[in-house]
Amino acid sequence: MSVAVSIPTAFRRHTEGLGSFDCPATNLNELLDALESRFPELKPHLRDEQGKIRRFLNVYVNDEDIRFLGADYKFNPGDEVTLVPSIAGG
Amino acid sequence: MPTPAPYELKCRECQTAWGNQPISFCQKCFAPLEVAYDANVIRQKISRDEIAHRPTNLWRYKELLPLPEHFETSLPVGFTPLIKASGLGEQLHSKSLYIKNDAVCFPSLSFKDRVVAVALAQARNFGFEIVSCSSTGNLANAVAAQAARSGFKACVFIPADLEPAKVLGTQVYGAKIVRIAGNYDHVNRLCSQIADKHPWGFVNVNLRPYYAEGSKTVGYEIAEQLGWRLPDNVVVPMAGGSLITKIAKAFRELAELGLVEAKSVKFFGAQATGCSPISTAVKAGSNEIEPQKPNTIARSLAIGNPADGFYAAKTILGSGGWAEDSSDPEIVDAITLLAETEGIFTETAGGVTVGAARKLYAQGRIRPEETTVLCITGNGLKTTDALAGRFEVNEPIPPKLAAFEEYLERELVSAPAGGQTR
Repeated sequence: MSVAVSIPTAFRRHTEGLGSFDCPATNLNELLDALESRFPELKPHLRDEQGKIRRFLNVYVNDEDIRFLGADYKFNPGDEVTLVPSIAGG
Repeated sequence: MPTPAPYELKCRECQTAWGNQPISFCQKCFAPLEVAYDANVIRQKISRDEIAHRPTNLWRYKELLPLPEHFETSLPVGFTPLIKASGLGEQLHSKSLYIKNDAVCFPSLSFKDRVVAVALAQARNFGFEIVSCSSTGNLANAVAAQAARSGFKACVFIPADLEPAKVLGTQVYGAKIVRIAGNYDHVNRLCSQIADKHPWGFVNVNLRPYYAEGSKTVGYEIAEQLGWRLPDNVVVPMAGGSLITKIAKAFRELAELGLVEAKSVKFFGAQATGCSPISTAVKAGSNEIEPQKPNTIARSLAIGNPADGFYAAKTILGSGGWAEDSSDPEIVDAITLLAETEGIFTETAGGVTVGAARKLYAQGRIRPEETTVLCITGNGLKTTDALAGRFEVNEPIPPKLAAFEEYLERELVSAPAGGQTR
Protein backbone atom coordinates (compact mmCIF):
# COMPACT_ATOMS: atom_id res chain seq x y z
CA MET A 1 0.00 0.00 0.00
CA SER A 2 1.21 3.52 -0.63
CA VAL A 3 0.14 6.95 0.64
CA ALA A 4 0.56 10.33 -1.03
CA VAL A 5 3.02 12.61 0.81
CA SER A 6 2.96 16.32 0.13
CA ILE A 7 6.32 18.07 0.57
CA PRO A 8 6.67 21.78 1.41
CA THR A 9 8.75 24.06 -0.83
CA ALA A 10 11.51 24.40 1.77
CA PHE A 11 12.20 20.65 1.56
CA ARG A 12 12.14 20.40 -2.20
CA ARG A 13 15.79 21.23 -2.64
CA HIS A 14 16.40 17.86 -0.98
CA THR A 15 13.82 16.05 -3.13
CA GLU A 16 15.02 17.05 -6.61
CA GLY A 17 12.17 19.56 -6.69
CA LEU A 18 9.52 16.92 -6.06
CA GLY A 19 6.42 18.34 -4.32
CA SER A 20 4.57 15.09 -3.86
CA PHE A 21 5.69 11.54 -3.49
CA ASP A 22 3.86 8.23 -3.41
CA CYS A 23 5.33 6.42 -0.50
CA PRO A 24 4.95 2.72 0.30
CA ALA A 25 4.20 2.73 4.03
CA THR A 26 1.64 1.47 6.52
CA ASN A 27 2.57 3.82 9.36
CA LEU A 28 4.52 6.98 10.10
CA ASN A 29 7.84 5.28 10.88
CA GLU A 30 7.78 3.35 7.62
CA LEU A 31 6.89 6.53 5.78
CA LEU A 32 9.82 8.42 7.28
CA ASP A 33 12.16 5.47 6.59
CA ALA A 34 11.02 5.44 2.95
CA LEU A 35 11.45 9.20 2.57
CA GLU A 36 14.90 9.07 4.13
CA SER A 37 16.12 6.25 1.93
CA ARG A 38 14.75 7.86 -1.24
CA PHE A 39 16.04 11.36 -0.29
CA PRO A 40 19.04 10.94 2.06
CA GLU A 41 19.58 14.72 2.32
CA LEU A 42 16.15 15.06 3.89
CA LYS A 43 17.08 12.76 6.76
CA PRO A 44 18.39 15.29 9.31
CA HIS A 45 15.29 17.45 8.79
CA LEU A 46 12.70 14.84 9.64
CA ARG A 47 13.72 13.22 12.92
CA ASP A 48 16.04 14.07 15.78
CA GLU A 49 18.75 11.81 17.23
CA GLN A 50 16.14 10.00 19.35
CA GLY A 51 14.05 9.27 16.27
CA LYS A 52 11.35 11.78 17.25
CA ILE A 53 9.73 14.02 14.63
CA ARG A 54 11.53 17.36 14.70
CA ARG A 55 9.94 20.04 16.87
CA PHE A 56 9.41 22.47 14.01
CA LEU A 57 7.76 20.01 11.64
CA ASN A 58 4.09 19.04 11.78
CA VAL A 59 2.75 15.91 10.13
CA TYR A 60 -0.89 15.70 9.13
CA VAL A 61 -2.87 12.71 7.94
CA ASN A 62 -5.71 14.12 5.88
CA ASP A 63 -6.91 16.99 8.17
CA GLU A 64 -5.60 15.61 11.45
CA ASP A 65 -2.33 16.25 13.25
CA ILE A 66 -0.77 12.79 13.55
CA ARG A 67 -0.13 13.38 17.27
CA PHE A 68 -3.90 13.12 17.81
CA LEU A 69 -4.01 9.79 15.95
CA GLY A 70 -1.20 8.19 17.92
CA ALA A 71 2.27 7.03 16.91
CA ASP A 72 0.98 3.59 15.92
CA TYR A 73 -1.68 4.93 13.57
CA LYS A 74 -2.10 2.58 10.58
CA PHE A 75 -2.54 4.37 7.27
CA ASN A 76 -5.63 3.66 5.22
CA PRO A 77 -5.65 3.44 1.44
CA GLY A 78 -6.02 6.93 0.03
CA ASP A 79 -4.65 8.74 3.11
CA GLU A 80 -2.89 11.98 2.28
CA VAL A 81 0.10 12.85 4.44
CA THR A 82 1.21 16.49 4.54
CA LEU A 83 4.45 17.82 6.00
CA VAL A 84 4.08 21.44 7.17
CA PRO A 85 6.60 23.69 8.93
CA SER A 86 5.17 24.45 12.38
CA ILE A 87 6.25 28.07 12.64
CA ALA A 88 3.16 29.97 11.61
CA GLY A 89 0.20 31.69 13.17
CA GLY A 90 -0.63 33.08 16.57
CA MET B 1 14.75 45.02 -3.59
CA PRO B 2 14.65 45.45 0.17
CA THR B 3 16.72 48.39 1.38
CA PRO B 4 19.83 47.56 3.43
CA ALA B 5 18.93 47.62 7.09
CA PRO B 6 20.62 47.49 10.51
CA TYR B 7 18.79 44.24 11.25
CA GLU B 8 18.34 40.85 9.66
CA LEU B 9 16.70 37.48 10.14
CA LYS B 10 18.60 34.87 12.09
CA CYS B 11 17.70 31.29 12.96
CA ARG B 12 16.88 30.90 16.64
CA GLU B 13 18.47 27.47 16.76
CA CYS B 14 21.32 27.15 14.21
CA GLN B 15 22.05 30.93 14.04
CA THR B 16 22.17 30.96 10.22
CA ALA B 17 21.61 34.52 8.94
CA TRP B 18 19.03 34.99 6.18
CA GLY B 19 19.16 38.72 5.44
CA ASN B 20 15.74 40.30 5.04
CA GLN B 21 13.12 38.36 3.10
CA PRO B 22 9.55 37.17 3.61
CA ILE B 23 10.23 33.81 5.29
CA SER B 24 9.30 32.70 8.79
CA PHE B 25 11.49 29.68 9.41
CA CYS B 26 15.06 28.66 8.79
CA GLN B 27 15.29 27.05 5.36
CA LYS B 28 17.92 24.70 6.73
CA CYS B 29 16.49 23.49 10.03
CA PHE B 30 12.84 24.77 10.05
CA ALA B 31 13.33 26.58 13.39
CA PRO B 32 11.81 30.06 13.72
CA LEU B 33 13.63 33.13 12.48
CA GLU B 34 14.13 36.05 14.78
CA VAL B 35 15.08 39.64 13.91
CA ALA B 36 18.59 40.42 15.18
CA TYR B 37 19.74 44.04 15.49
CA ASP B 38 23.02 45.85 15.57
CA ALA B 39 22.93 47.14 19.15
CA ASN B 40 25.71 49.66 18.47
CA VAL B 41 23.66 51.41 15.78
CA ILE B 42 20.64 51.57 18.08
CA ARG B 43 22.63 52.85 21.05
CA GLN B 44 23.78 55.91 19.11
CA LYS B 45 20.27 56.91 18.08
CA ILE B 46 18.13 56.34 21.12
CA SER B 47 17.92 57.65 24.68
CA ARG B 48 15.16 58.16 27.24
CA ASP B 49 15.21 61.86 26.46
CA GLU B 50 15.02 61.37 22.70
CA ILE B 51 12.08 58.98 23.09
CA ALA B 52 10.27 61.37 25.45
CA HIS B 53 10.19 64.04 22.71
CA ARG B 54 8.49 61.78 20.19
CA PRO B 55 4.73 61.32 19.56
CA THR B 56 2.97 58.94 21.94
CA ASN B 57 2.62 55.89 19.72
CA LEU B 58 4.67 52.77 19.12
CA TRP B 59 6.80 54.43 16.43
CA ARG B 60 8.65 56.23 19.22
CA TYR B 61 10.64 52.98 19.52
CA LYS B 62 11.33 52.81 15.77
CA GLU B 63 15.04 51.99 16.11
CA LEU B 64 14.04 48.85 18.02
CA LEU B 65 11.69 47.68 15.27
CA PRO B 66 12.50 46.12 11.88
CA LEU B 67 11.28 49.02 9.72
CA PRO B 68 12.38 49.84 6.18
CA GLU B 69 14.61 52.88 5.80
CA HIS B 70 12.62 56.12 5.36
CA PHE B 71 9.49 54.39 6.57
CA GLU B 72 6.67 56.90 7.13
CA THR B 73 3.34 56.14 8.73
CA SER B 74 0.25 58.12 9.59
CA LEU B 75 -1.13 55.47 11.92
CA PRO B 76 -0.63 56.33 15.61
CA VAL B 77 -0.78 52.73 16.85
CA GLY B 78 -0.06 51.74 20.44
CA PHE B 79 0.98 53.65 23.55
CA THR B 80 -2.09 52.44 25.38
CA PRO B 81 -2.74 53.41 29.01
CA LEU B 82 -0.91 51.72 31.87
CA ILE B 83 -3.15 52.27 34.85
CA LYS B 84 -2.68 51.58 38.54
CA ALA B 85 -5.40 49.08 39.40
CA SER B 86 -6.13 49.76 43.06
CA GLY B 87 -9.68 48.41 43.01
CA LEU B 88 -8.76 45.12 41.38
CA GLY B 89 -5.61 45.08 43.51
CA GLU B 90 -7.73 45.18 46.64
CA GLN B 91 -9.75 42.19 45.42
CA LEU B 92 -6.62 40.20 44.55
CA HIS B 93 -4.73 41.38 47.68
CA SER B 94 -2.10 43.24 45.67
CA LYS B 95 -0.59 46.56 46.69
CA SER B 96 1.05 47.35 43.36
CA LEU B 97 -1.05 46.10 40.46
CA TYR B 98 -1.17 47.67 37.00
CA ILE B 99 -3.25 47.06 33.89
CA LYS B 100 -1.70 47.53 30.46
CA ASN B 101 -4.87 48.28 28.57
CA ASP B 102 -4.65 47.25 24.92
CA ALA B 103 -8.45 46.95 24.87
CA VAL B 104 -8.20 50.53 23.57
CA CYS B 105 -5.34 50.07 21.12
CA PHE B 106 -5.71 52.07 17.90
CA PRO B 107 -7.20 51.39 15.40
CA SER B 108 -8.96 48.05 15.99
CA LEU B 109 -9.01 47.66 19.79
CA SER B 110 -6.54 44.87 20.41
CA PHE B 111 -2.78 44.40 20.78
CA LYS B 112 -2.77 42.89 17.29
CA ASP B 113 -2.69 46.44 15.91
CA ARG B 114 0.94 46.55 17.03
CA VAL B 115 2.12 43.48 15.15
CA VAL B 116 0.18 44.36 12.03
CA ALA B 117 1.63 47.88 11.95
CA VAL B 118 5.15 46.42 11.71
CA ALA B 119 4.17 43.58 9.36
CA LEU B 120 2.52 45.92 6.85
CA ALA B 121 5.59 48.17 6.80
CA GLN B 122 7.53 45.13 5.57
CA ALA B 123 4.69 43.94 3.30
CA ARG B 124 5.06 47.22 1.39
CA ASN B 125 8.84 46.89 1.40
CA PHE B 126 8.66 43.41 -0.12
CA GLY B 127 6.14 44.55 -2.73
CA PHE B 128 3.08 42.54 -1.66
CA GLU B 129 -0.27 43.84 -2.90
CA ILE B 130 -2.48 41.40 -1.01
CA VAL B 131 -2.07 40.95 2.73
CA SER B 132 -3.52 38.07 4.67
CA CYS B 133 -3.49 36.12 7.91
CA SER B 134 -4.92 33.17 9.79
CA SER B 135 -6.83 34.67 12.68
CA THR B 136 -8.91 33.95 15.75
CA GLY B 137 -10.55 37.35 15.20
CA ASN B 138 -8.52 40.25 16.52
CA LEU B 139 -5.75 39.82 13.99
CA ALA B 140 -8.27 39.77 11.13
CA ASN B 141 -9.72 43.04 12.46
CA ALA B 142 -6.27 44.63 12.65
CA VAL B 143 -5.18 43.46 9.19
CA ALA B 144 -8.45 44.60 7.61
CA ALA B 145 -8.39 48.04 9.26
CA GLN B 146 -4.76 48.84 8.55
CA ALA B 147 -4.88 47.39 5.01
CA ALA B 148 -7.78 49.73 4.26
CA ARG B 149 -5.84 52.72 5.53
CA SER B 150 -2.57 51.73 3.83
CA GLY B 151 -4.02 50.73 0.46
CA PHE B 152 -3.52 46.95 0.50
CA LYS B 153 -6.07 44.38 -0.55
CA ALA B 154 -6.86 42.14 2.43
CA CYS B 155 -8.06 38.54 2.40
CA VAL B 156 -8.15 36.85 5.80
CA PHE B 157 -8.89 33.34 7.04
CA ILE B 158 -10.85 32.51 10.20
CA PRO B 159 -12.44 29.47 11.85
CA ALA B 160 -16.15 29.43 10.97
CA ASP B 161 -17.37 29.69 14.58
CA LEU B 162 -15.93 33.12 15.47
CA GLU B 163 -17.90 35.74 17.37
CA PRO B 164 -20.17 37.77 15.02
CA ALA B 165 -18.60 41.08 16.14
CA LYS B 166 -15.17 39.89 15.02
CA VAL B 167 -16.50 38.82 11.63
CA LEU B 168 -18.36 42.11 11.12
CA GLY B 169 -15.35 44.02 12.44
CA THR B 170 -13.34 42.60 9.54
CA GLN B 171 -15.90 42.90 6.76
CA VAL B 172 -16.67 46.54 7.50
CA TYR B 173 -13.22 47.55 6.23
CA GLY B 174 -13.88 45.91 2.86
CA ALA B 175 -11.65 42.90 3.54
CA LYS B 176 -12.44 39.54 2.04
CA ILE B 177 -13.04 37.02 4.80
CA VAL B 178 -12.73 33.29 4.18
CA ARG B 179 -14.46 31.15 6.82
CA ILE B 180 -12.94 27.71 7.24
CA ALA B 181 -14.93 24.73 8.47
CA GLY B 182 -12.46 23.76 11.17
CA ASN B 183 -10.63 25.15 14.19
CA TYR B 184 -7.79 27.69 14.18
CA ASP B 185 -5.14 25.01 13.79
CA HIS B 186 -6.82 23.86 10.57
CA VAL B 187 -6.97 27.47 9.35
CA ASN B 188 -3.34 27.98 10.19
CA ARG B 189 -2.17 24.86 8.37
CA LEU B 190 -4.14 25.89 5.29
CA CYS B 191 -2.56 29.36 5.39
CA SER B 192 0.93 27.82 5.52
CA GLN B 193 0.07 25.86 2.39
CA ILE B 194 -1.40 28.92 0.64
CA ALA B 195 1.62 31.06 1.56
CA ASP B 196 3.81 28.32 0.10
CA LYS B 197 2.04 28.73 -3.24
CA HIS B 198 0.66 32.26 -3.62
CA PRO B 199 2.70 35.48 -3.42
CA TRP B 200 0.67 37.04 -0.62
CA GLY B 201 1.94 38.80 2.46
CA PHE B 202 0.67 36.63 5.30
CA VAL B 203 1.47 38.72 8.36
CA ASN B 204 1.73 35.67 10.63
CA VAL B 205 3.22 33.24 8.13
CA ASN B 206 5.86 34.60 5.75
CA LEU B 207 6.07 38.04 7.45
CA ARG B 208 5.96 36.50 10.92
CA PRO B 209 9.45 37.39 12.19
CA TYR B 210 8.78 41.09 11.50
CA TYR B 211 5.20 40.93 12.71
CA ALA B 212 6.19 39.34 16.01
CA GLU B 213 8.62 42.18 16.75
CA GLY B 214 5.64 44.55 17.03
CA SER B 215 4.71 42.76 20.27
CA LYS B 216 7.87 44.08 21.89
CA THR B 217 6.30 47.53 22.04
CA VAL B 218 4.03 46.29 24.87
CA GLY B 219 7.20 45.73 26.89
CA TYR B 220 8.84 49.05 25.96
CA GLU B 221 5.69 50.94 26.92
CA ILE B 222 5.31 49.14 30.26
CA ALA B 223 8.89 50.04 31.15
CA GLU B 224 8.59 53.67 30.04
CA GLN B 225 5.21 54.15 31.70
CA LEU B 226 6.58 52.77 34.99
CA GLY B 227 9.18 55.55 34.82
CA TRP B 228 11.83 53.54 32.95
CA ARG B 229 11.92 50.60 35.28
CA LEU B 230 10.92 46.99 34.91
CA PRO B 231 8.09 45.42 36.91
CA ASP B 232 8.61 42.40 39.16
CA ASN B 233 6.03 40.33 37.30
CA VAL B 234 3.94 40.37 34.15
CA VAL B 235 0.90 38.21 33.48
CA VAL B 236 0.35 37.60 29.79
CA PRO B 237 -2.36 35.71 27.91
CA MET B 238 -1.03 32.96 25.63
CA ALA B 239 -2.43 31.73 22.34
CA GLY B 240 0.48 31.06 19.96
CA GLY B 241 2.82 32.03 22.80
CA SER B 242 4.70 34.76 20.96
CA LEU B 243 3.68 37.83 23.02
CA ILE B 244 5.18 36.63 26.31
CA THR B 245 8.53 35.86 24.63
CA LYS B 246 8.57 39.27 22.95
CA ILE B 247 7.87 41.19 26.15
CA ALA B 248 10.83 39.30 27.63
CA LYS B 249 12.94 40.28 24.60
CA ALA B 250 11.86 43.92 24.97
CA PHE B 251 12.91 44.03 28.63
CA ARG B 252 16.26 42.41 27.78
CA GLU B 253 16.92 44.92 25.01
CA LEU B 254 16.09 47.91 27.21
CA ALA B 255 18.50 46.67 29.86
CA GLU B 256 21.23 46.01 27.27
CA LEU B 257 20.82 49.54 25.91
CA GLY B 258 21.01 50.98 29.42
CA LEU B 259 17.50 52.46 29.21
CA VAL B 260 16.42 50.55 32.32
CA GLU B 261 18.28 48.88 35.15
CA ALA B 262 18.62 45.15 34.49
CA LYS B 263 16.31 43.07 36.64
CA SER B 264 14.96 39.55 36.60
CA VAL B 265 11.28 39.80 35.81
CA LYS B 266 9.03 36.81 36.38
CA PHE B 267 6.81 35.90 33.46
CA PHE B 268 3.40 34.35 34.11
CA GLY B 269 1.33 32.87 31.30
CA ALA B 270 -2.46 32.62 31.20
CA GLN B 271 -4.51 30.19 29.13
CA ALA B 272 -8.08 28.99 29.01
CA THR B 273 -8.61 25.64 30.72
CA GLY B 274 -10.24 24.39 27.51
CA CYS B 275 -7.10 25.20 25.51
CA SER B 276 -4.05 25.03 27.71
CA PRO B 277 -1.17 23.26 25.92
CA ILE B 278 1.41 25.75 27.18
CA SER B 279 0.23 26.07 30.79
CA THR B 280 -0.06 22.28 30.99
CA ALA B 281 3.57 21.96 29.90
CA VAL B 282 4.70 24.62 32.39
CA LYS B 283 2.88 22.89 35.24
CA ALA B 284 4.74 19.70 34.32
CA GLY B 285 8.02 21.65 34.36
CA SER B 286 8.51 20.99 30.65
CA ASN B 287 9.02 22.88 27.38
CA GLU B 288 7.49 20.07 25.34
CA ILE B 289 4.05 21.00 24.06
CA GLU B 290 1.35 18.39 23.50
CA PRO B 291 -1.28 19.82 21.14
CA GLN B 292 -4.91 20.02 22.27
CA LYS B 293 -8.32 20.38 20.65
CA PRO B 294 -9.61 23.73 21.86
CA ASN B 295 -12.94 23.97 23.67
CA THR B 296 -13.30 27.38 25.32
CA ILE B 297 -15.26 30.61 25.08
CA ALA B 298 -11.89 32.40 24.84
CA ARG B 299 -11.79 31.92 21.10
CA SER B 300 -9.06 34.48 20.57
CA LEU B 301 -6.74 32.19 22.58
CA ALA B 302 -8.01 28.93 21.07
CA ILE B 303 -4.80 27.69 19.48
CA GLY B 304 -4.26 24.04 20.31
CA ASN B 305 -0.91 23.77 18.53
CA PRO B 306 0.95 26.96 19.48
CA ALA B 307 3.89 27.83 17.21
CA ASP B 308 5.86 29.51 20.01
CA GLY B 309 4.68 27.21 22.79
CA PHE B 310 8.14 25.76 23.29
CA TYR B 311 9.71 29.21 23.66
CA ALA B 312 6.88 30.55 25.81
CA ALA B 313 7.25 27.66 28.28
CA LYS B 314 11.01 28.15 28.27
CA THR B 315 10.66 31.89 28.97
CA ILE B 316 8.27 31.27 31.86
CA LEU B 317 10.23 28.45 33.49
CA GLY B 318 13.55 30.25 32.98
CA SER B 319 12.21 33.36 34.73
CA GLY B 320 10.92 31.55 37.82
CA GLY B 321 7.35 32.31 36.76
CA TRP B 322 4.40 30.00 36.33
CA ALA B 323 1.28 29.47 34.23
CA GLU B 324 -2.36 29.17 35.18
CA ASP B 325 -5.61 28.61 33.32
CA SER B 326 -9.18 29.86 33.66
CA SER B 327 -12.35 27.85 33.06
CA ASP B 328 -15.26 29.36 31.12
CA PRO B 329 -17.20 30.42 34.27
CA GLU B 330 -13.98 31.85 35.76
CA ILE B 331 -13.40 33.83 32.55
CA VAL B 332 -16.86 35.42 32.74
CA ASP B 333 -16.43 36.18 36.47
CA ALA B 334 -13.07 37.79 35.80
CA ILE B 335 -14.45 39.93 32.96
CA THR B 336 -17.08 41.36 35.31
CA LEU B 337 -14.58 41.71 38.16
CA LEU B 338 -12.28 43.86 35.99
CA ALA B 339 -15.23 45.90 34.71
CA GLU B 340 -16.65 46.51 38.18
CA THR B 341 -13.34 47.33 39.86
CA GLU B 342 -11.51 49.25 37.13
CA GLY B 343 -14.11 50.29 34.57
CA ILE B 344 -12.36 48.28 31.87
CA PHE B 345 -14.41 45.97 29.67
CA THR B 346 -12.16 43.28 28.26
CA GLU B 347 -12.86 40.37 25.97
CA THR B 348 -12.66 36.74 27.00
CA ALA B 349 -8.85 36.69 26.69
CA GLY B 350 -8.70 39.45 29.32
CA GLY B 351 -10.96 37.33 31.50
CA VAL B 352 -8.46 34.50 31.14
CA THR B 353 -5.64 36.80 32.26
CA VAL B 354 -7.44 38.29 35.26
CA GLY B 355 -8.75 34.84 36.25
CA ALA B 356 -5.25 33.37 36.09
CA ALA B 357 -3.80 36.32 38.04
CA ARG B 358 -6.37 35.77 40.76
CA LYS B 359 -5.13 32.18 41.16
CA LEU B 360 -1.47 33.19 41.08
CA TYR B 361 -2.02 35.66 43.95
CA ALA B 362 -4.05 33.09 45.90
CA GLN B 363 -1.24 30.54 45.45
CA GLY B 364 1.33 33.05 46.70
CA ARG B 365 3.28 32.80 43.44
CA ILE B 366 2.80 36.54 43.01
CA ARG B 367 3.31 38.47 46.23
CA PRO B 368 1.21 41.49 47.24
CA GLU B 369 4.06 43.98 47.47
CA GLU B 370 5.55 43.14 44.06
CA THR B 371 4.86 45.41 41.09
CA THR B 372 2.80 43.32 38.72
CA VAL B 373 1.40 44.19 35.30
CA LEU B 374 -1.56 42.36 33.76
CA CYS B 375 -1.65 42.55 29.97
CA ILE B 376 -5.19 43.11 28.78
CA THR B 377 -5.05 42.51 25.05
CA GLY B 378 -8.59 42.87 23.71
CA ASN B 379 -11.93 44.68 24.00
CA GLY B 380 -15.08 43.29 25.60
CA LEU B 381 -17.40 44.77 22.96
CA LYS B 382 -16.09 42.15 20.53
CA THR B 383 -17.14 39.16 22.66
CA THR B 384 -20.42 40.24 24.25
CA ASP B 385 -21.88 36.80 23.49
CA ALA B 386 -19.78 35.43 26.36
CA LEU B 387 -21.94 37.47 28.74
CA ALA B 388 -25.28 36.50 27.20
CA GLY B 389 -27.81 35.86 29.98
CA ARG B 390 -25.49 37.24 32.65
CA PHE B 391 -27.52 40.43 33.17
CA GLU B 392 -31.25 40.99 33.37
CA VAL B 393 -32.92 43.46 31.06
CA ASN B 394 -35.79 44.97 33.04
CA GLU B 395 -39.23 45.73 31.72
CA PRO B 396 -39.44 49.42 30.69
CA ILE B 397 -41.34 51.75 33.01
CA PRO B 398 -43.58 54.65 31.96
CA PRO B 399 -41.86 58.10 31.81
CA LYS B 400 -43.64 59.23 34.99
CA LEU B 401 -42.10 60.21 38.32
CA ALA B 402 -44.62 58.08 40.20
CA ALA B 403 -43.62 55.05 38.16
CA PHE B 404 -39.97 55.68 38.96
CA GLU B 405 -40.71 56.06 42.69
CA GLU B 406 -42.44 52.75 42.56
CA TYR B 407 -39.50 51.26 40.67
CA LEU B 408 -37.11 52.69 43.25
CA GLU B 409 -39.06 51.13 46.05
CA ARG B 410 -39.22 47.79 44.28
CA GLU B 411 -35.73 47.46 42.77
CA LEU B 412 -33.18 49.72 44.39
CA VAL B 413 -34.23 49.88 48.01
CA SER B 414 -34.98 46.22 48.44
CA ALA B 415 -31.96 44.95 46.46
CA PRO B 416 -28.53 46.60 46.55
CA ALA B 417 -27.01 47.65 43.23
CA GLY B 418 -24.70 45.15 41.54
CA GLY B 419 -20.99 45.32 42.12
CA GLN B 420 -21.09 45.78 45.88
CA THR B 421 -21.66 42.21 46.80
CA ARG B 422 -18.40 40.59 45.80
